[in-house]
Amino acid sequence: MLPTPDTSHVAYERVYEPAEDSFLLLDTLSSPTETAFLHSRFFKTPPPPPPLVIEIGPGSGVVIAFMTAHAAALFGTQSILAGAVDMNEHACAATNKTVRKAVSENRATASTAFLGSVQGDLVAPLRDNSVDVLVFNPPYVPTAELPVQRAGDDEVRKTKDSFEEDSYLLALSYAGGKDGMETTDRLLDSLPRVLSDRGCAYVLLCAQNKPEEVKERVRGLGGGPWKAETVGSSGKKAGWERLQIVRIWRGLTYALAVPRLT
Amino acid sequence: MKVLSLNFLQCAVKTCKTSSDSYPLHPKDAELVQDEIELNEDFLVNIMSRVDWTALCTTATELGFPALPSTPPTTETLRADGKTLKDLHSLLLETQMVEGKLVCGSCGHEYAVREGIANFLLPSHLV
Repeated sequence: MLPTPDTSHVAYERVYEPAEDSFLLLDTLSSPTETAFLHSRFFKTPPPPPPLVIEIGPGSGVVIAFMTAHAAALFGTQSILAGAVDMNEHACAATNKTVRKAVSENRATASTAFLGSVQGDLVAPLRDNSVDVLVFNPPYVPTAELPVQRAGDDEVRKTKDSFEEDSYLLALSYAGGKDGMETTDRLLDSLPRVLSDRGCAYVLLCAQNKPEEVKERVRGLGGGPWKAETVGSSGKKAGWERLQIVRIWRGLTYALAVPRLT
Repeated sequence: MKVLSLNFLQCAVKTCKTSSDSYPLHPKDAELVQDEIELNEDFLVNIMSRVDWTALCTTATELGFPALPSTPPTTETLRADGKTLKDLHSLLLETQMVEGKLVCGSCGHEYAVREGIANFLLPSHLV
């Protein structure tokens, strides 16, 4: 089993602490089926262009650090580019540190090209058709409403007291609004723009998100045809603890890497 | 944030989506530091297929680096010329922007970079 990145340096009062959902993602991404899938896309001779692997909402950074540190095992090659986008600046800082630690402890298998963590809203700062592997552990808990998005303005931030700020930041990590899907739906709608032709996304859902309906909706997204299948699950538990990972990818038959003419 | 990250970032303002000037973002008042990263020749050769060379030339010049050649080095050059390889490795993978701003060429919006983290959150009227 591949070692889980150390996140003991992370301030869990304002950054999401790795939990069952995080570990389900790690287990799924390193499972035999997903290893075969990722190898088939990104490990070929001659090598295709390195994939850009982005985690949206990395929190502590445990998942993107895992993918970056164990790139050779997961993708068949250390040659990957990686990055992350999180609304929470403390999560960005935590992720940078978690990745650095994990990479330094796994030099033989790690990518040296973690580009950084950027503070932002889902995929807004990312270029069209740029992402080859997108990973998203959403705020999936059904709540009465979403936490209110504050302005990117420092003056607003300074007037809030620390406890209120921390509560808001943690709420960002779990509060999903109606059916726990309000943020996930925005992310899903952005996949046709941001994923490359060979791109795929791994999205975590809980039972209350109505996963079968979600998968059907994804299959009908523009720029398709799209495929969506459950590739990992956490077994039989109640309510929002019944988790699953859905892999989303374009149903195109894309050409194998064109042999380079030297 | 590594210099190479600017190859993948664009202005987040909604009305800039259709503008070609919203990428690459333009660094301003940039403070840079150098990481020390092990050089992997194969990785650099492979990375070239993901690098938008035109955008990289713009970024490198704006950051105060000597001008890059207008065409990217070939695989043969990279494998034969140690200095070109090392310079590219240093620019793409080792150079980090820790402070400054990233400016959109289309709408002029400035994104702050602090402690290596760029802030792309926007006031609601720009989303």
